Amino acid sequence: MQIYLPIAEVSVNAFLLLGLGGMVGVLSGMFGVGGGFLMTPLLFFIGIPPAVAVATEANQIVASSFSGVLAHLRRRTVDIKMGVVLLIGGLAGSAAGVRIFRWLTTQGQVELLVTLCYVVFLGIVGLLMFVESLRALRRVEPASPAAPQRHQSWIHRLPFRMRFRASQLYISVIPVLLIGAAVGVLAAIMGVGGGFIMVPAMIYILGMPTKVVVGTSLFQIIFVTGFTTLMHATQNYTVDAVLALLLLLGGVVGAQIGARLGVRLKAEQLRILLALLVLGVCGKLLLDLVLRPAELYTLGAAVAH
Amino acid sequence: MRTLLLLLALAAPAAATEEVIGALSQNRVSITANFDGSEIFVFGAVKRYAPVPSDVGPLHIVITIQGPTQRVTVRRKERIFGIWVNRDTVEVDEAPSFYAIATSGPLDEIMFETERLRHGIGFDKAVRVVGAPEDVLNPRSFTEAVVRIRRANGLYAQLDGAVDIREETLFSTSVALPANLVEGDYRTRMLLLRDRAVLHVAETEITVRKEGLERLIYVTAHERPLLYGLLSLAVALFAGWVASEVFRLLRR
Repeated sequence: MQIYLPIAEVSVNAFLLLGLGGMVGVLSGMFGVGGGFLMTPLLFFIGIPPAVAVATEANQIVASSFSGVLAHLRRRTVDIKMGVVLLIGGLAGSAAGVRIFRWLTTQGQVELLVTLCYVVFLGIVGLLMFVESLRALRRVEPASPAAPQRHQSWIHRLPFRMRFRASQLYISVIPVLLIGAAVGVLAAIMGVGGGFIMVPAMIYILGMPTKVVVGTSLFQIIFVTGFTTLMHATQNYTVDAVLALLLLLGGVVGAQIGARLGVRLKAEQLRILLALLVLGVCGKLLLDLVLRPAELYTLGAAVAH
Repeated sequence: MRTLLLLLALAAPAAATEEVIGALSQNRVSITANFDGSEIFVFGAVKRYAPVPSDVGPLHIVITIQGPTQRVTVRRKERIFGIWVNRDTVEVDEAPSFYAIATSGPLDEIMFETERLRHGIGFDKAVRVVGAPEDVLNPRSFTEAVVRIRRANGLYAQLDGAVDIREETLFSTSVALPANLVEGDYRTRMLLLRDRAVLHVAETEITVRKEGLERLIYVTAHERPLLYGLLSLAVALFAGWVASEVFRLLRR
């Protein structure tokens, strides 16, 4: 069934969009990532104009993250206090990121820098997670699982310490705010929620227990992507309500299924799967940069001078 | 809804004894939610004030449908340090968003180059750069890229020999409008040719408009952007909540 998208001004198959939304929703619920880093390139591929894809994707992530967070709230696996502190940093970072994005657009290099950002961050994050979870799997299997050691590094001993009960941490808010801000900047530039950076940062830098990481990340993503949606809607008029609705119908259902699946898998297995997925996307983008493209020319709307 | 529209005959050259009179199967295309492209049937007849002289060549018809003209930024990738990067940029000042040419014979053989230039017939004449930047190598390749990419997307089409002429009097063709149309007035021209020269031109317009829900969404997004953004968020949150509740009930 073909459907015409009023803002994107293209006609696409409605079931294809529902399917894409559902698939990305499952990942969102399982891993606590918004799924934007997969969905945005997929939307480019089916012919949605990039500006519309990025803006609409932000709106869809709000829905799937909200659906996921409700499931996590019921299981009490959201550290709301940590989420709020991350969010304060995140909104500041996002506002700065939107400005950087606009400046890059006028330079005509936004596509390249976005892709490079993806390759670098997906590559680093994917490799770190993959190595770490392999090591964890080997360590856990023979001996009985020991409590994860909380090394209190100098980062945690900075001033303004705060107690995060759900995460069982008593650490400085400075690294939390900085991580929130850094992810906010990247999220705005890359047009994603930033969960795939946030989740590893929470595990490896802040030392949060894996079970609260996913819910907390989703909690924070709702607000950052909600803010991004409003910015795009009011400044670029590129949020497509029909596209968003179809994607989120698939997405919210997928997120629920994903959250259930996530509970059944072990944390290390979950992390290895996510690492492989992240590395896969990274590899694909890297190939696109290195291999000679079939069409050397690209068309864009004229940039206002 | 199929309306017939008689075309307005434009100022014909004084010497012309033949005029083209044409009509379209529809002069209005409504883009609704299930819009999946449209087929426009173009037909007409040749009106004569005197018998055709015996020394002239055969009659030919060229029909063009042209979408609103836009400015397009074209970027060319180049390999730098092993990766493909956008390097040279050319602003193509005039490029129709849609352009279909249907003819009764090979365009180059039935029409003079100067006539094509004068009437802007052909992709090379319709896609134009007014002031090409001097530092860019081979600026022509950029306008060619616009044509190549849009032909691949079905937005530009050249249908040589698609116009059917009967008894040098009646002619007809059909042009497919793809689903990815933009709104606007689509200029439709019918050119009557003999001996590669244009004798008469008739012109009309096809109005392409979004209708119903599509129109409502588009207008809201552009005129009340804050409200539209907030509504989009509300729909997203509501959908998330509903899905969560439904699954909770299903589990019981």
